[in-house]
Amino acid sequence: MIVVNDIHKSFGKVRAVRGVSFDAPDGKITGLLGPNGAGKSTTLRVLYTVLKPDQGSAKIDGIDVVGDALKARKRIGALPHGAGLYPHLTARENIAYYATLCGIEKSRVESRVESIVDLLEIADFADRRTKGFSQGQRTKVALARALVHDPQNIILDEPSNGLDVMATRSLRKLILRLKDDGRCILFSSHVMQEVAALCDDIVIISNGMVAIDDSADGIRKRTGCDDLEDAFVAAIETVEAD
Amino acid sequence: MRILLTVFIKEIVDNLRDRRTLASALIMGPLFGPMLFAFVINLSIERSLSTGDETLDLPVIGQQHAPNLMRYLESNNIRVVDGPVDRDAAVAAVKAGTHDVVVLVTEDFGAQLRDGSPAKIEVFADHANSQAERDARRAQRALSGYSRELASMRLVARGVSPLVMRPINIDAVDVSTPSGRSAIMLGMMSYFFIFAVLMGGMYLAIDSTAGERERGSLEPLLALPVTRDQLMLGKIAATCVFMAVSLLLSLCSFYVALKFMPLQELGMTPNFGPAVVIAAFFVLAPFILLGASLMTLVASFTKSYKEAQTWLSVVLVAPTLPIMIVSILTLRPQIEFMFVPSLSQHLLLVDMIKNEPVNMLHVAISVSSTLAIGTILSWICARLYRREGLLG
Repeated sequence: MIVVNDIHKSFGKVRAVRGVSFDAPDGKITGLLGPNGAGKSTTLRVLYTVLKPDQGSAKIDGIDVVGDALKARKRIGALPHGAGLYPHLTARENIAYYATLCGIEKSRVESRVESIVDLLEIADFADRRTKGFSQGQRTKVALARALVHDPQNIILDEPSNGLDVMATRSLRKLILRLKDDGRCILFSSHVMQEVAALCDDIVIISNGMVAIDDSADGIRKRTGCDDLEDAFVAAIETVEAD
Repeated sequence: MRILLTVFIKEIVDNLRDRRTLASALIMGPLFGPMLFAFVINLSIERSLSTGDETLDLPVIGQQHAPNLMRYLESNNIRVVDGPVDRDAAVAAVKAGTHDVVVLVTEDFGAQLRDGSPAKIEVFADHANSQAERDARRAQRALSGYSRELASMRLVARGVSPLVMRPINIDAVDVSTPSGRSAIMLGMMSYFFIFAVLMGGMYLAIDSTAGERERGSLEPLLALPVTRDQLMLGKIAATCVFMAVSLLLSLCSFYVALKFMPLQELGMTPNFGPAVVIAAFFVLAPFILLGASLMTLVASFTKSYKEAQTWLSVVLVAPTLPIMIVSILTLRPQIEFMFVPSLSQHLLLVDMIKNEPVNMLHVAISVSSTLAIGTILSWICARLYRREGLLG
């Protein structure tokens, strides 16, 4: 469960996020939707504690991300935008490295890596060094790495970027499976269709503010547009008009 | 502690598989230095040994005016050859570099000698050229030798002892030991060791900071439930190990290389046996922590691998500065110098090579001050990793 309460974040003169609030409940997929530069990544970075908000607060399962970052991180599996692997290590070694860092006991690391390799169906290339992996393979390994400590909350920043159709489908399947496990999934995207197909809740962000926070149907109703893409554009325009 | 160890092991394994890191740690630093050093030393030894007994070909204009002088030169291992036709041609030839030195005997030479008035000889040389300068000095020495001989003969002819010309007998006594003489030349060795230390960890320092950021693996790492101090210290520790291996290899390769340098012919016997190799390692070891944290710190500020490389090559040269300043100003080792990293290691190493007793107080100051600075730098690195600006 992720609760975001009025967070602000500026970089110098640029006000990247100016008052974003929303909830991402357990057992649901929440989509953060917005055009490039809307403040999606900044919001997510605050949530997985690599940035500190200038104002406002966020709680992961009731743990404050600023006050108790280390504890909050234990409950988060984060896949940052364009997350990279270590090219000289095999996929399995990459995952095992994170498992050990997350404090999984040495005797259990191997079995834990094995189960995550199965979950993500990456056994075919798990023992190869990650140098030269395709974007799809890289994303899967990075995701496996993020899930290795079995986090309740999963934050994915544009996970489907650069993936082909097959890879996107298997990613979608995985996200749905994690949802059925009762986890809280928050992911960002700038692709309307993807968000509409997956998410229970959609938070549309524009210009660092929340334009609309509702289900896909709710958004259609409130904007008066049948087509979600039109609804997306309409929602963004209401913010930009302010 | 477990986190630190995990990061440490991962960095070691990762970089052992990276050819570039390996090449710079195990080949560039340890082998390049001694090879370059051996080459330069051998070349200079060859040159300084050869010039003494080689016959010098000396073009002389107007040989017919001074046949006795020509014979004298021949007896001094200088072969007189035909040179340019006249004075202008001689100047031009020396300027153009066709001849290093040209001697001109004027037409009046014989007449002036007979009159007892100073007879004129001109020596043309370009003193900006070190080879020419050496040859010119040799020619001049031979000519003044002839001049002194004539003077003695004139005195004898007048019934005066030639000894009146030598009221003082100067005898320079060189008290330096063979080990001491080698210290001048081998003093630059210490820089090669410092270079090997820095080179050994350079790519690891870049890879674990700027490289990690460029690959995009830094952000997920920072999102893990791990304190950043531990990440940083693990990385610095791995850099230290690479640096230590590089240092050890370069000390050993120098030990081997010195056996192939004909230093004895220059009257030098450097004190660089196995015991000194081991002692040198321990004197230089504190510099490893400083080097590793300094390189990590500098690389942390850079935005990309390329930028990090540029800045770290500056760091590679920086330790020479104090060594150079002190050797240019020819300052005697003082206790204050022991507080300066790189300089203190250099001075202690020179003492060891000279086979002079090493002042244990100096060692203590050098080790503790270098370690202290290294610790402070590591602490700054760890602090820096808490900054969010690090993500770039």
